[in-house]
Amino acid sequence: MGEEKKTYMISALVEHRPGVLYSISNMFRRRGFNIESISVGEAEQPDLARMTITIKGDETLVEQVVKQLKKLICVIKVSILDPNNTVARELALIKVNTPDTKIRTDVINYVEIFKGHIVDVSHDSLTIEITGDTDKISAFIELMKPFGIKEIARTGIAALPREMKAIRMETE
Amino acid sequence: MSRMSGAKALIEALKREKVEVIFGIPGGAILPVYDALYNSDIKHILMRHEQCAAHAADGYARASGRVGVCMSTSGPGATNLVTGIATAYMDSSPIVAITGQVPRAFIGKDAFQETDIIGITTPITKCNFQVREASEIPKIVKTAFYIASTGRRGPVLIDLPRDVQTEESEMSFDYKVELRGYKPIYDPHPLQVEKAANLLIQAERPVIVAGGGVIASDASPELLALSELLIAPVATTLMGKGAIPENHPLSIGMLGMHGTVAANYLVQEADVLLAVGTRFSDRSTGNIKTFCPNGKIIHVDIDASEIGKNIKPYVPIVADAKRALKAIYDRIVEKFNRKERSTWFNRIQELKRMHEELIKSDNERIRPPALMAEIRNILPNDAIITTEVGQNQMWAALYLKVYKPRKFISSGGLGTMGFGFPAAIGAKVACPDVPVVDIAGDGSFLMTEQDLASSIAWKIPIIVVILNNLVLGMVAQWQRLFYGRRYFAVELKGIPDFVKLAEAYGAQGFRVQSIDEFRRAFKEALNSDVTTVIDVPISPEENVLPMVPPGQDLKNVMLS
Ligand SMILES: Cc1ncc(C[n+]2csc(CCOP(=O)(O)OP(=O)(O)O)c2C)c(N)n1
Repeated sequence: MGEEKKTYMISALVEHRPGVLYSISNMFRRRGFNIESISVGEAEQPDLARMTITIKGDETLVEQVVKQLKKLICVIKVSILDPNNTVARELALIKVNTPDTKIRTDVINYVEIFKGHIVDVSHDSLTIEITGDTDKISAFIELMKPFGIKEIARTGIAALPREMKAIRMETE
Repeated sequence: MSRMSGAKALIEALKREKVEVIFGIPGGAILPVYDALYNSDIKHILMRHEQCAAHAADGYARASGRVGVCMSTSGPGATNLVTGIATAYMDSSPIVAITGQVPRAFIGKDAFQETDIIGITTPITKCNFQVREASEIPKIVKTAFYIASTGRRGPVLIDLPRDVQTEESEMSFDYKVELRGYKPIYDPHPLQVEKAANLLIQAERPVIVAGGGVIASDASPELLALSELLIAPVATTLMGKGAIPENHPLSIGMLGMHGTVAANYLVQEADVLLAVGTRFSDRSTGNIKTFCPNGKIIHVDIDASEIGKNIKPYVPIVADAKRALKAIYDRIVEKFNRKERSTWFNRIQELKRMHEELIKSDNERIRPPALMAEIRNILPNDAIITTEVGQNQMWAALYLKVYKPRKFISSGGLGTMGFGFPAAIGAKVACPDVPVVDIAGDGSFLMTEQDLASSIAWKIPIIVVILNNLVLGMVAQWQRLFYGRRYFAVELKGIPDFVKLAEAYGAQGFRVQSIDEFRRAFKEALNSDVTTVIDVPISPEENVLPMVPPGQDLKNVMLS
C-alpha cells in the first residue's frame, strides 16, 4: 500500500521458560516477518523475560507483528517503542588487528573518544567493548575496518521506554 | 490433596472437565494412561488411525460445541495426529490431544519412538505443553481445556513422558486458571459499536458475511435478528454455513470461489459490509483488491490478529460475535425505524432465483445438485452433514441447504481429504439421536475408509454417500478448465467395489443408478443401525458451478 518503511522497536514481556523463544521465532518465520535484531534477557521478575525486537517495515506490517505476538499465550505485554522517548542500547565486542605500536595507539585513541573499553589484549590484537545506540556502534565499526577486524559479536538492541512515555501500548 | 500417579491424575482431571469420550490408539509410551482408563467410566473409542482419532475429536467438538479429546502414543502415533490437529487449528475447533512421550531421561536422545511433537505442533496448536512433573498435571489439563474452549477456539496438545504418568505425587485439583498472556476480549467497544450502527443505519445496500465465529459463539439468533431488522442479506463462508437457515429469504448462500451468484454479486454491490467471525480467506474474497469495491467494511472478530491481516476494515471490532451482534442490534433499534428497502429486497430475490435454476434434475443420470436437494428433502432438519474435500464438498456447500448451526461440518481451512468420515463418527458420538451423513468423493473416502471398522465395532452408524466419479474430481476440474484438459494423475484406477468393501467390514452397501433408487437406499440407510455406504456413480465430466477462477473478482462467475 505504498506505506513508508521504517525501523520499529518492539518491546515484549514474555514468560521466562523453555520453548518461549522457539514459539516466538517460529511465528516470525512462519508469517514471513524478517527481524533485524532480537535480544532477550531476564526481566524484573525471574519468571519474566523482556525481548527487544527491531524490525523494518510499514505500519501495517508492524501492527500485524504486534498482534501476532500478543496472540501467543506466552507473550504477556507488547508495545511499540517511540524512538524519541526510548533508551536503546546495544553492546558490541570487536577484536581488531594491532600489528604495531602506531596502530595500537590509533585504536586506543578511538576507543577513548567513543568511551569504549579495552577488555582483552594480546601481542597483535585488542578486544574492545563498546556500548551505545546502533548508529554509534556502526560508526565505530566503520572506523575500525581499515585496521582489520578479526571478529565481531553484537548483542542486538535492548530498550526501555523513558519513564511514563511508552506512547502506544498496542492495541486492540 | 491426595496421592496418586500422573496417569490417575490425568483421568481425574479429564473427568473434572466432564470428558465422556476419548478417541485414540494406545502404544508403549501412553500405556500407564490406558491402564488408568481400564477402571474409568470415560469411554475410549479405539480408532484405526490416529488421524481419524483427531478428526473424530474435531467432529465431536464441532457438533457439540464441547472440547473433543484424542490420544495417541509417542513417535508415529503422535505424528499421525498432526493432520488432524492442523485441520482443527485452521477451523478453530476446540480439541485437546494427549500424546505419550519417552521417559524424561530419554528426551533428546533419539530414543525409540521419540519425536519432538512439541516442536512439530507449535505452529498448529493454540498452545502446547510438555509435562515435566506429575504434580503439574491437574493444572496443565485445566489450562489446556480453558485455552482450547475460550477466545478463538483451537487445539491444545499435552505431551506426557511415560515416567511422568507413573510418578506418584500429591495432587491438588482446585486450581484457578490464570494466564497473564491470555485474556480474550469478549465485549465490543461501545464507540466502535456506535460507528458500526450508524454506518448500517445509513446503508442503502447492507450485506452481512457470517463466518465460523458466528457458529462458535452460538450467535445465530442475534445474526438473524439483525439481518431482518436491516433487510441485510446474509452470505456465509464455508465455515459459517448453517449460521442462518438457508431457506430464509435473506439467506444468499456461500460466497467466494464456489459461491452462489447472489452472494458474490451482492457482496460486490454492498455499500456497507458487516463481516462477523470470518478471516477473509482467499477462497471467500476472490481478488482481494477488488473485494467489496464500494463498500465500507465492519469487521468483527474475537482474534485481534485477524483484523487488518487480509483486509483493512473501516470499523474494526474485537469481540465475541454474539455480544457484538447483540450490541449493534440494540444500538440500531434505539434509533431506527425499519426502512423501506423494496428495491434491494427485490434485487436479492432476483439473484437468488438464478441459483435455484442450476438445480436441474435428470433421472437418467444423477446430477449432483439435484442429488443434494434430494438428500435435503429426505433428511430431518437436525441431521448432521459432514463432507470430504473436493467437488463433493462444494456441491454439498452449494446445494444441500442447512437450517441450523453445527449441522454442517467440513474441513474449510486445511481442506483435508479423509476428514468427513471420521468427523462423522465423532459427530454421531456427540449427537447419537440424529442421522449423520458424510458426503464423500471416492478419492477422499479411500483415505480414511479403514475406520468403517470402528464405526461397526462401536455401533456408530453413519451414512456415507459417495459421489463416485472414478477421478480426483476437483483436480480434474482444474485440469479441464485451466490446463487444457491435460488430465494427469487424477484417474482413480483400481478403485474398489464400494458395496463389497462396505460388506467386508460388516456395513451395508448399495449402488444406485437413479434418483428413485437413491431415495429408496437412503431411506433404508436412515432406518438401519449399521453404517451404510451408498455408491452413486456420477459423470467424471461434471464441473462444480458456479465458479470464480482463482484470484479473480467475485463477479467473474462462470455458470457453465
Ligand atoms: C489430503 C489431501 N491430499 C490432496 C488434496 C488435494 N485435492 C483437493 S480435492 C482433491 C480431489 C478429491 O477427490 P475426491 O475425493 O474423489 O472428490 P471429488 O472432487 O471427486 O468430489 C485433491 C486430490 C487434499 N485436499 N487433501
